[in-house]
Amino acid sequence: METHENGVSYKLVATGLRKQYGGVFVLKGVDFTITQGRVTGLIGENGAGKSTLSSIIAGIKRPDGGTMMIGDAPYEPAAPLAALDRGVAIIHQEIKMIPALSVAENMFLGAMPTRRGTVDYRSMQEQAREVLQRRGVQVDPRRLVAGLSTATQQEIEIARAIIRRPSFVIFDEPSASLGSKETERVFEQIELLRSQGSGVVYISHRLEEIQRIADDVVCLRDGRKVAEWPAAAVSRGQMIQAMVGRELAQRKVEPARHGEQIVLNVRGLCSSTFHDINFDVRRGEILGVSGLVGAGRTEIVRALAGADRFRSGTVDVEGRPVRVRTVRDAVTAGIVMVPEDRKTQGLNLNRRGGENMTLPWEGTLSRSGFITDAIVRKTQQRMAVELQIRGNLDAPVGLLSGGNQQKILLGKWLVRTPKVLILDEPTRGVDVGAKDAIYGIIRSLAESGVGVILVSSELEEVLLLSHRVLVIAGGRQTGLLDRADATPERVMQLSVPAAQTSAAHQ
Amino acid sequence: MSNPSGTKTTTTGAVEAIPKPKAASTTTSLAHRLGRVSGPLIGLVALIIVMSILSPVFLTPNNLVNILVQVSYIGIMAVGATMVIILGGIDLSVSSTLGLSFMVVAVLYAKLGWPFWLAIIAGLVLGTLIGLLNGVMIAYGKIQPFIATLATMFASTGLALYLTNGTPILGFPTWFQALSRTRILGISLQVYLMLIVFVAAAIWLRYRPVGRSLYAIGGNEEVARLSGIGVRSIQLRVYAIAGFLAAVAGLVVGARLDAAQPTAGNSTDLLNVIAAVVIGGASLAGGVGTMWGTFVGLLIIGVVNNGLTLLNVNPNLQPVVIGAVIILAVLGDGPLLSAFRRRRKPNPAA
Repeated sequence: METHENGVSYKLVATGLRKQYGGVFVLKGVDFTITQGRVTGLIGENGAGKSTLSSIIAGIKRPDGGTMMIGDAPYEPAAPLAALDRGVAIIHQEIKMIPALSVAENMFLGAMPTRRGTVDYRSMQEQAREVLQRRGVQVDPRRLVAGLSTATQQEIEIARAIIRRPSFVIFDEPSASLGSKETERVFEQIELLRSQGSGVVYISHRLEEIQRIADDVVCLRDGRKVAEWPAAAVSRGQMIQAMVGRELAQRKVEPARHGEQIVLNVRGLCSSTFHDINFDVRRGEILGVSGLVGAGRTEIVRALAGADRFRSGTVDVEGRPVRVRTVRDAVTAGIVMVPEDRKTQGLNLNRRGGENMTLPWEGTLSRSGFITDAIVRKTQQRMAVELQIRGNLDAPVGLLSGGNQQKILLGKWLVRTPKVLILDEPTRGVDVGAKDAIYGIIRSLAESGVGVILVSSELEEVLLLSHRVLVIAGGRQTGLLDRADATPERVMQLSVPAAQTSAAHQ
Repeated sequence: MSNPSGTKTTTTGAVEAIPKPKAASTTTSLAHRLGRVSGPLIGLVALIIVMSILSPVFLTPNNLVNILVQVSYIGIMAVGATMVIILGGIDLSVSSTLGLSFMVVAVLYAKLGWPFWLAIIAGLVLGTLIGLLNGVMIAYGKIQPFIATLATMFASTGLALYLTNGTPILGFPTWFQALSRTRILGISLQVYLMLIVFVAAAIWLRYRPVGRSLYAIGGNEEVARLSGIGVRSIQLRVYAIAGFLAAVAGLVVGARLDAAQPTAGNSTDLLNVIAAVVIGGASLAGGVGTMWGTFVGLLIIGVVNNGLTLLNVNPNLQPVVIGAVIILAVLGDGPLLSAFRRRRKPNPAA
């Protein structure tokens, strides 16, 4: 590997890392190198070992075997703080902040500057302000974290990780919960780190991001390193093939023709977060909903599903007006929603798959008012076959992989075939294989006549699956495009409120 | 599982009906599931063995029935408390509701000359209303359950004392007192009442849609709401049931003492109720707990108190032992739980 302009270029070299949990090896001897001044993209399906690898490097977990060196010195961090002392920082996929503390306090958590035994708030806030300003984050370090947007919190998280100018920074799927504009900001931060000579590891499921930002790409599968390329020399197809070990079908498939009958008609829907939304969905149609994070997409579909109240507007299902005030109303009318966060909104993690799936339907599934284990079991088996869920459904669903959890969540809302199925981020945090399976499920549901509303931050996903695309920006409907017109550029243009157009177009 | 009495079989049956994980699935999840109940059960059996060795009187039928009689009113309240705790809440007001509701029965009958049956109905309604008040404050007022029920606990304790200026009311119809003396097959009516309440609640929790949704709400309220469950109306109902059962327990106590003591339903009763639920494996975090577990926890408390009395241990030391039992019960769950967590970590990567 080439050396760098700024003289000495250290490397963090891990050799033969192994890690097992209860007899199961999740890392089976992985060699991994981070070079200062370069960005290494780390890819792999869920469960390939990416998170375990990064946790070991960041001192969160101890390896069961293998060695790590920084330069010529052995590196064996016993805790995240020890890793930080050696210049290794990690930015987690899930934001870990304490809402009741201020921005500055969160940034210096565990290492607050003190003066005569008490926390030196003035110096802490000063330092925090300086770092935030340098990163272009506009937030008062004295304000509480509670109420800040996910994107801002993510930026603070990044600022926190790099306060101490680490030599090596790991980004563990920072874009999973961000829109494209926010992701763009994360990339700016990474570019900055690279130019300052830090070695960066970027973990993501979004291959186009890897191609954009990485210098090198490393692919893990089943706890082994299966491939390593210079980013410029690898194609998307190669990466996918290395991740799943097979070529994916399903890619450029045109969606099946949809029916003419309108199943859902929404007119003049308004609430405090969105205004005057009008659209309809036909039998078997997949309507994509696109827009930046915070544009109001989720709010609109939540209102339709009865999760939140809306102020005015009408909702007709199959030509009949329905009053949607609660989730139960929506379900009765045939509208169901798979919510965006399966862990906090979708599933009861410590209960079994079957119990999760019968939950919304117990009133209708019961025999003479009783739900027996046989009913739960039968439902579970039926959905497992229909959706090809291979995980152990008798275990608490929290123990299953993201892909299987998502399928169980889908199954929960397909126990009774709905008229309108709303999917909010149906493939967030699932691996490429499961993603493909979910696409297949969505398509066959539409073919069977279900009207599908698909909300996704992944534009590619929306464009791949949808017959039409509804674009939302700033709580308003800025476009309703037919498949033929829905190019990435056009959708992006409509997604970005006019004032910001120039900024978002790189 | 051993079954000392016939009636309990139903409760056991409910627990055993939990589908066994298939042969292929992990033994850990089986151990985890059983661990919730078997720990306390093993403890109870051990206690019974130790007590029967130490005291010749302990294992006599009369003494065993006596234990059941002594815990019956605690048990009735514990049924409501288990539901509330599964729901993710807590009800501190049950024992003071017990005191106030029976005091009102007594005042209506003895001072205002109401027919006794009507006074009883009024007492039950009052208990339910106190529960409903808790429910409204918690479900609609978004007041934390601990705080809301702490307030009603103070209020009902005070009201019970205020009604009669702290003097007890004695003398009820003879048939009422006779109820507590009546025995069928050697077991008093109040024990049957408690068992019926336990069994009905166990069936409700396991097989009825609304009962089952308690676990969903306690596990994750937002998930339950987005699943179309009427979270608030169920919270309301459960607190009302807890209040109603407290009033029923008040009648049991009243019949046994033939008196309405304004100090009935003191904090010891409340602590015993919560202890029974916790020893039985329910989690104060919500979403976990069974009627069978609570029943075992209740018997443990009954056996400890009874056994220590038989052994002439200073009664003031009994709570010390109960305290130790609580910690043992939770620790007993601990190793199994951490085994469960250890399995949990690799899984995102498995």
